[in-house]
Amino acid sequence: MLSGNEAIALAARHCGVALGVGYPGTPSTEILENFSELGGSAEWAPNEKVAAEVALGVAFAESDSLITMKHVGFNVAQDLFFTAAYSGIQGGMVAVVADDPGMASSQNEQDTRSIARCGGLPVLEPADSQEAYDFTKLAFKISRKFKTIVIIRTTTRVAHTTSIVEYSGEIAPLAAADYRKDIPTHVMVPAHAKPAHKVLRKKLAEMQAWNNAEGPNKIEMRGSDLGIVASGVAYQYAREAAPDASIFKVGMSPLPIEKIVEFSKNFKRCIVVEEGDPYMSELLRANGANVEERAQAWRFGELNVDRVRAQIANDTSFEMPVRKAKPPALCKGCPHIFSFQPLVELGLIVAGDIGCYTLAAMKPLSGMDMQICMGASIGMGVGMRKVLPEEKARKVVSVIGDSTFMHSGLTGLVQAIYNPPSTGHVIIIVDNSTTAMTGHQENPATGKRLDRSETSKISIEEVARAMGAKSVAIFNPVREQAQFKEHLIERLKAPEISVIILRQPCILAAAAEIKRKAKQ
Amino acid sequence: MKISDKITNVKVAGLGGMGVLKAALILGELLFEEGCDVKKAEVHGMAQRGGSVSSDVRFGKKVISPIIPENETDFLLSLEPEWSDVFKDTLRQGGVVISPADIDVSKLPTAKALNIAILGAFSKHLDIPEERWLEVIAKFFPAKLAASNEAAFKLGRNS
Repeated sequence: MLSGNEAIALAARHCGVALGVGYPGTPSTEILENFSELGGSAEWAPNEKVAAEVALGVAFAESDSLITMKHVGFNVAQDLFFTAAYSGIQGGMVAVVADDPGMASSQNEQDTRSIARCGGLPVLEPADSQEAYDFTKLAFKISRKFKTIVIIRTTTRVAHTTSIVEYSGEIAPLAAADYRKDIPTHVMVPAHAKPAHKVLRKKLAEMQAWNNAEGPNKIEMRGSDLGIVASGVAYQYAREAAPDASIFKVGMSPLPIEKIVEFSKNFKRCIVVEEGDPYMSELLRANGANVEERAQAWRFGELNVDRVRAQIANDTSFEMPVRKAKPPALCKGCPHIFSFQPLVELGLIVAGDIGCYTLAAMKPLSGMDMQICMGASIGMGVGMRKVLPEEKARKVVSVIGDSTFMHSGLTGLVQAIYNPPSTGHVIIIVDNSTTAMTGHQENPATGKRLDRSETSKISIEEVARAMGAKSVAIFNPVREQAQFKEHLIERLKAPEISVIILRQPCILAAAAEIKRKAKQ
Repeated sequence: MKISDKITNVKVAGLGGMGVLKAALILGELLFEEGCDVKKAEVHGMAQRGGSVSSDVRFGKKVISPIIPENETDFLLSLEPEWSDVFKDTLRQGGVVISPADIDVSKLPTAKALNIAILGAFSKHLDIPEERWLEVIAKFFPAKLAASNEAAFKLGRNS
């Protein structure tokens, strides 16, 4: 019994992956943790772009790398992926990108398949843990065969569903790493990138032909009334919702379009069941497949058997029953509560960020005014201060966590110091010494690596001082809440960049640490 | 155990920190060892932080979808009494609710063992010997908790 994430980690070990690297993000986080527990070399990078850079270096050196992230993390790393698609690679590189349709733990429900298509990268879509294992192995084969990065798109129900996996193989030896000088391939200046773009389009056509001929797709012919084209976990829902329908199960993009078009012509009615964008349905219709236009209703949220039954019945008004549920909340005694109370009492405008502390936006605190993406708190706060009337501008603060600060807050601080608002700005770093929301991973400010071994610890206060913050202060938000508030009131008046670090470890992380030590 | 062609659907529900996911993990492992096809689905991350948590465990000869369709839950294992009401409408006709109300919780060795007691109460509905349950439960806890878990399991099973 393995979850999709555990199955990917095991397959990566069986493929001889030399380095696993990524940034934590639900529902992808457990892949690298398991890869490490299985003896693989795994690292948390400060953010997804850096992780992708490291993984690409491994693949340029003829070795194999695995990189993991959630869908929004893929955006952070995009810059690298879009050009590495041109350059190609010499080893193997597989990126697992975990989508979160229905947003169980995310800020949007973007579809990785659409983005990968823009970037010119192939995508594999496993439907359960068995395929998560099999497709990871296949992904490394495709990566080396076509000299390309391969994306594995999982979704919440593939990543976090546990099911039986039959596997064969053992821990594979690592490929010998080497580097052969090849400037036109690796240096993407215009003179090299122009022909490289043509090479990429040719490669994609070859991958499509290969996918049509022998790709990981499956045709299940049953009745002739209804044909369904489905991918990923949506295939499972379709199977259960329509046991008599014939199904074309798509495993890979570039889509095996010719084959699907041919399949679609066998039926009175053929529909596309997919989670997320109308990615397949639009492409298939543009290529002449006999498939129905997919109603807008099915692109929102997660699918399930009930919703697929409704899609088959053309009942677009169908809604899942809404049940009362206790929404997520900050834990009792959480230091973030103490950090946000003074901000609420002072009626401040809080530009917030991503982490457990985002829950401070919820009642009863209602202590955060905006949150968009990782690291945005500092830039948004600076922007508001630049245009708001002075009295109101002085009420704006940015609040960011330790891991998020390392991820993409550093450049925001550079902006604040380089282009300061005339009123100055107050940046509050809520340092609970862990990446809490995703399940207590280490980060560059904790002084520990993914496997909890000791490493250099990056000091947030020294970084802030070295960058030129005029005032850097540290408080314990629980024990020194009054002092913090007094200092904050003073700094809100100062026309300078002030950094306030509120440092108190997460109570759950502390408990988990004790448990880990007891286990050893 | 005799494995039915029909899929059996068990929903385990409660709040973060109550041991919902652990109970589902134990149940999934036991059914797998008994030769069933099993799928267990849940949501992690922000959703888990102090909020409602539930896990769907489906088993039988062949399980397809990981999530239980509406009105097809056979057993609702509710660790929080309130949750019995919330999820009641997902039960199929004749579906069974098992909640702390079925157990004399004052006799629990520790409050944390409620999930194991609920599994004990549920165990009466499956044709699996008590020793097998205890063996699999023991796999997921340090040895020092074996006695307390056994007491909690029996409290549920004998209730």
